[in-house]
Amino acid sequence: MSSTALQAHNSTRATRGASLERAVEVLKEVIDAPIASYFSSCVHCGLCAEACLFYTETGEPKYTPIHKLEPLRRVWEREYTLLGRVKKWLGLSKPLTDEELGAWRELVYDSCTMCGRCSLVCPVGNDLVYMIRKLREGMALAGHAPPGVVAATRRTVEIGSPMGIRWPAVAAQIKHVEAETGLKVPIDQAGAEYMLLLSSMEIINFPEYLSAIARIMHVAGKTWTLCSEAFEATNSGIQIGVSDIARVIVARVVNAAERLQVKTVVSPECGHAYFALRWDGPNLMGRPFGFEVKHVLEVLDEFRVQGLIRTEGFEEGRLTFHDPCQIVRRGGVIEPQRHLMQMIARDFVEMDETGKYNWCCGGGGGVSANEEAEGLRLAAFKRKKAQLEACGAQTLVTACANCRIVLEEGLEHYQMALPVVGLTELVAKHLAQDDGRRQDEEG
Amino acid sequence: MNALEFLAWVRGPGLDLALAVFALGVVWRLIEIYTLGRKPDLAPPRRVPAASGWHTLWRRMLPPPGMFRRSPVSYVGGYVFHLGLAIVVFFFIPHIQLIKALLGLSWPGLPSPVIDAVTVVTLAAMVVVLIDRVRRPVKRYLSTFEDYFVWVLTFLPVLTGYLAVKHLWLPYTTMLALHILSAELLIALLPFTKLFHAFTAWGSRWFNGEINARRGVPV
Repeated sequence: MSSTALQAHNSTRATRGASLERAVEVLKEVIDAPIASYFSSCVHCGLCAEACLFYTETGEPKYTPIHKLEPLRRVWEREYTLLGRVKKWLGLSKPLTDEELGAWRELVYDSCTMCGRCSLVCPVGNDLVYMIRKLREGMALAGHAPPGVVAATRRTVEIGSPMGIRWPAVAAQIKHVEAETGLKVPIDQAGAEYMLLLSSMEIINFPEYLSAIARIMHVAGKTWTLCSEAFEATNSGIQIGVSDIARVIVARVVNAAERLQVKTVVSPECGHAYFALRWDGPNLMGRPFGFEVKHVLEVLDEFRVQGLIRTEGFEEGRLTFHDPCQIVRRGGVIEPQRHLMQMIARDFVEMDETGKYNWCCGGGGGVSANEEAEGLRLAAFKRKKAQLEACGAQTLVTACANCRIVLEEGLEHYQMALPVVGLTELVAKHLAQDDGRRQDEEG
Repeated sequence: MNALEFLAWVRGPGLDLALAVFALGVVWRLIEIYTLGRKPDLAPPRRVPAASGWHTLWRRMLPPPGMFRRSPVSYVGGYVFHLGLAIVVFFFIPHIQLIKALLGLSWPGLPSPVIDAVTVVTLAAMVVVLIDRVRRPVKRYLSTFEDYFVWVLTFLPVLTGYLAVKHLWLPYTTMLALHILSAELLIALLPFTKLFHAFTAWGSRWFNGEINARRGVPV
C-alpha cells in the first residue's frame, strides 16, 4: 500500500515539488474521453452554480462547480489539446503550481460534498462530480486534502475505522443489543446469507441500528453475520480521493465476505459507504465480487415485497424523507425508501425537490469531517432548512448516519425542533411480530 | 483589392481555406478527445427504464425541475438564439444553394420575410444573453476573453448577413463579402473554441447518461 498522500500532508517544502509533479502525473492519468468531452463542451453558462447549495446559499460565484475544476481543466488543455500543446511548446502557458492547487482546496473539498446535483442540470451534459472525484486524486497526492479527513483516513487504515473504533467497542455494543432484544447477534458465521456492515457513527451514536437489524432479520427468518475483521463500511479514502487507500479499505470487506461465503453484503445507513463498495469497489479491486452488495433499504424493500416483514401501526404526525445523495442520486436506490415510508407513515410528504433531485445535507464527501468547512456547511444548510419549513414535516427520516448527524447539527444551529430518525429503526419499531405466520407457511 | 476582388477571394480561396481548417480541425479535435478512451466499469449495472446515454442526450434539451425559475434568461435566450441560428443558417435559400453546390444536398427553404424576422429575433436574443453574461455575477465571474470573442464571432455573420440582404450601411458587394468572411472565420475557429460544443455536447450527454444509467439513475 502506498500512503504517499497521507505523508504528503506532513511533507516539507523540499518534498513538495516532487509531490506536485506526481499530482500532475495523476491528473494526466485520470483525464479520459468523458473528461476531455466535458471540458470541450462547457460554454460557461453558469447553470451548474444554480444546482449547488454552496453557491445558492452564499451567492459567491467562486463556488460554481465548473470553476472548482479549473486545475484539472488547465492540465487537460495543456497536455491534451492541440492549441494547449502549441502554447506549451512555445512557452506561452504556465504549468500548474503548488500554490494554485493549494488555493483550490476550499473549492474542491470544503465547498463540495460530491452530491452530484450539478451533473444533473448541465445543459451540455457534463458530469461534474465525476471530474471532482478525479481532481481530488491529484489534490490529495499534492498534500492538499483537508487535515480532518486525512486524519480520519489514517485511522481507518491503521486502526480499522475513521473514528478510531476497534472490535471490542463493537463487541460491547453487541452484548448490549443481545441483552435488549434477547436475540443472538451472529459473528463470523460462514455461509450466512447476509454480512452486515456498520458505520462508526452507528457504533458510537446510533446503536438502535444494530438492534433494528437483529429484530428484522429474525422476523424475516434470514441468516446473517457481522465480521470481526471487517465491520466498518465507511471509506474515507474515497472522500479524500486516494484510490490506493480506498482499495485497501474495500479489500478488507471483500476478502472477509468471500472468506465467509456470504451471498450479500449489506451496506449500512451510510451514503458514501454504499457508493464505495457497490459502485467504486469492483473498479478499485479490478474485478467483480463473488457476492452482491445491497444497501439496507434495498434489502428491507425486498423483504417487504416477499412478504417476509409486515408492520403494524403508524408514526404520529407528518414525516418527510431526506434522500442521502450517495444512495439516491449517485447510487440509484430511489424507490425502496418511499415504499418503506408508506409502511410506517400515514402522513408522508415529499420535499419540493426530492429523489434524484434532492438537496444535500451539506456534510457529504468528507465535509462533515473537515473542521475548516464548518461555517460553510452551516450556511449551506439553509437550503435544507427552507425545504423542511416548506413541507411542514414534524419528523425527518433518513438513511445515512452522516446525513443524520449533519442534519441534527444544522437543525440545532437554526433552533428547529425536528427529530431525525433512521428509516431502518422505524421499520423495526413497527415490525409485526408474527413469526407464527411464517412458520405456518413453511409448515 | 476592390470590392469585387474581395468578394471573389472570400467566395473562392477564402471559402476553401475556411472549409479545410474546419474539416481538419473537427476531425483532429474529435480524435484527440474520444481516443483518450475510458476504463471499463466493473461494477455490475442496475438497469432501469429511461436511463441510458440516449435518453440523456434528449432529456438535456429541457430544463430540469426548478432550473428554469432560477435562470430564465439562460433558457429562453439559449433556446431562441440556438433555434434562430439553425433556421437562418439552414433555411435561408441562398445558404441552401451554397450547401447544394458544396455537398449536393438540398431541402426547401423559408420565405425571406420569415428569415428576416428570425434574424432580428436571433440578434436580439444574442444581445440579451450577452447582457446576462455581463450582469449575472456567476456568468461574469466565469467569463474569459474567449467567451466575448466567440460571441462577436457568432454575432457578426448574422448581423452582416442581415445588413447585406437589406442593402444597409455599406455597398451590397462589400457587405456580402464581409458576411462571407465573418462566416468563414466562424467556421474556421469553431473547432478550436468553445463553439466546439456543437460537436461534443452530444458525446458529453451520452457519457453522463451512460455512466449514471449503470447505477440506475436516469439523468
